[in-house]
Amino acid sequence: MTTVDPTLDPKLDPPVRAKRSFAARLVSGTAGGVMRLFLIIVALIWMVPTFGLLMSSFRDPTDIAASGWWKVFTAPGQLTAKSYETLLENDAITSSLLNTIWITVPATLLVVMIGAMAGYAFAWMDFKGRDGWFLVVVALLVVPVQVALIPLSDLFGKIGIFGDIIGVVLFHVGFGLPFAIFLLRNFFAEIPRELLEAARLDGAGEIRLFATVVMPLAAPAIASLGIFQFLWVWNDMLVALVFSDSQSQPLTVALQQQVRQFGSNIEVLAPGAFISMVIPLAVFFAFQRQFVSGVMAGAVK
Amino acid sequence: MAPARPPKSITGTRWWVAGVFLLPALILLGSLVVYPIGYSVWRSLYDADGSGFVGLENYGDIFTNDATLTAVRNTAIWVAVAPALVTALGLIFAVLTERIRWGTAFKLIVFMPMAISMLAAGIIFRLVYEQDPDQGVANAIVTSVHDAFVDSSVYPKARPNAQASDLKSSGGGSFTSTGTVSPGTPALLPLVGIAPNKLPGTPEDAKAPAATGSGITGTVWLDFKLGGGGTKGQVDPGEKALKGVKVEAVKDGKVVASATSGADGTFSLPADADGAQLKLPGSNFAAAYNGIDWLGPTLVTPAIIGSYVWMWAGFAMVLIAAGLAGVDRNLLEAARVDGANEWQVFRRVTVPLLAPVLVVVLVTLMINVMKVFDLVYIIAPQPSQDDANVLALQLFLSSFGGGGNYGVGSAIGVILLLLVLPVMFVNLRRLRKERQR
Repeated sequence: MTTVDPTLDPKLDPPVRAKRSFAARLVSGTAGGVMRLFLIIVALIWMVPTFGLLMSSFRDPTDIAASGWWKVFTAPGQLTAKSYETLLENDAITSSLLNTIWITVPATLLVVMIGAMAGYAFAWMDFKGRDGWFLVVVALLVVPVQVALIPLSDLFGKIGIFGDIIGVVLFHVGFGLPFAIFLLRNFFAEIPRELLEAARLDGAGEIRLFATVVMPLAAPAIASLGIFQFLWVWNDMLVALVFSDSQSQPLTVALQQQVRQFGSNIEVLAPGAFISMVIPLAVFFAFQRQFVSGVMAGAVK
Repeated sequence: MAPARPPKSITGTRWWVAGVFLLPALILLGSLVVYPIGYSVWRSLYDADGSGFVGLENYGDIFTNDATLTAVRNTAIWVAVAPALVTALGLIFAVLTERIRWGTAFKLIVFMPMAISMLAAGIIFRLVYEQDPDQGVANAIVTSVHDAFVDSSVYPKARPNAQASDLKSSGGGSFTSTGTVSPGTPALLPLVGIAPNKLPGTPEDAKAPAATGSGITGTVWLDFKLGGGGTKGQVDPGEKALKGVKVEAVKDGKVVASATSGADGTFSLPADADGAQLKLPGSNFAAAYNGIDWLGPTLVTPAIIGSYVWMWAGFAMVLIAAGLAGVDRNLLEAARVDGANEWQVFRRVTVPLLAPVLVVVLVTLMINVMKVFDLVYIIAPQPSQDDANVLALQLFLSSFGGGGNYGVGSAIGVILLLLVLPVMFVNLRRLRKERQR
């Protein structure tokens, strides 16, 4: 919730260096070498865990049982896509992957649409108690999802959507809205008043103004919000664990059920985890900037 | 909510239009977020199935019951350790990468885990922490570092050939000969229990000891070859030498000399070993070092915190780097001109200037850590789940994971809400201040 430049590569002025003596340069040169070595080691530590699972997902179960994944360096012939083939023939996994999509897409679209409408009302419409209502929304930003698990499983049970995809979607919409409204209202409020008044003088009604002027202007904020919400729902396990059943469970829940026999299920878990990671990683690399700003603004959730 | 007012507002909105724009959000927030808070508070005052009013008993239970008390304690450890660790690492990475050409690539690598699910991170680290050094990379590294510094026993399963030698077990895993040795009579120490093709390295054929001068000589070897054959107790052609076995000469319980077998299995002891018993100490046969029990009861919480650090260090790093980009370079340069070294510049100038960002990062992480669930649920194996328990996991276990106790579950939910309440007030105050400007 801070206003910082959301980028992995802050454009810095080139560091200004005072002239140094030879000895000082030698010392700082050595220190620089140590520092680079340290950073390389850290980068390796950060990559090895994921790389290990990736290699495991491309090995035969019998090879996995016999030796560690680093064996592929000496025996690259072990690499095989067999685990993936088996996994994609597994109906429970493929249908849970579809469920993930059926949960994530509506939950993202609804949050963006409903949040944008409310955010616009809070930014540019005048009604009694507007600021008070907005404070309530801001207060709801930090409410932990855990608080709602029991009450909503009771409520959803009563109206008959417990175990249904609709329930999971609704839960994510409810808990996505405070952040969506907060982010978009702040963005909308920055739109110059003259722009809106000019459009209104041209005869645009409230709905047309919102759809044709405000929303296009807010495209960057909507992209950040959409990406954040999409990943939040895609990566969720807890909500789906409580509110979905065997028919409606997403991939995360289907995989979680295999974890108890970790050693013997590694040929399902390793490729499964990678399939669940493909979309988030693609989004991450394609929309780095929006992703970073979304994660930063929404991390309080 | 949308009262009758003059039909046109400043921007020309009719009140019912505002209503249409707001209504979906307010209905959803009311029923899915606000109502559950009220329900939880009310429900936490009732017993497991909701039939009897118990007042604050559920809250009392949380702080007296062993399982929930562990969860409270572990959550406290998480909140005290994880955010500080993540922020410190983020600060270090942000400062160090600032002047590196490949800093962006580094940041990309460290930030990447933010994109994946806690479930995937859990599976990744479950594999990292596997006990077997042939599966988990953490123990693979630990054991190879350990073996590089500590002489490991080479033949954990070897034992003397009972029929063909007088070596008898003498406690502590060691074996001692019943007879004594003398110069001129080479000592034969035949061992069995390992398959010849499972010997480490490429062992040489064993060589029968030569009787030389006043010293004691002997051979340690594997008295068995693939395909069988040969005489028990004799060094037959093709039988492999056991290299690196420690042999001690013992007189009256005191070690008077010791030697280690060479590549051909032979060893020689000085003359004062005359009349001593030969002992193969237990260190020769001790079980191999198997690494650290990461996911056992004592280390499971630190291990899971490690995986959390892996996930979130990138978040702290990127936020702090953004703050760092806004720091006035001239202030740092002025300090350097005044003779401050890099550490002093960092400690006295950079960190104080970054304090506001650091606080935001710390607070954000604290809120996040209070609710940590997925990582603990996935990484902790069933036997250590109780030791790794945290509040959010206990809420789930009490209410859905077979516990069926909505009363205690609701009480934990209310406690989690109370814990984030201060942050809620800080947010509201900041908003008020912005309004007044």
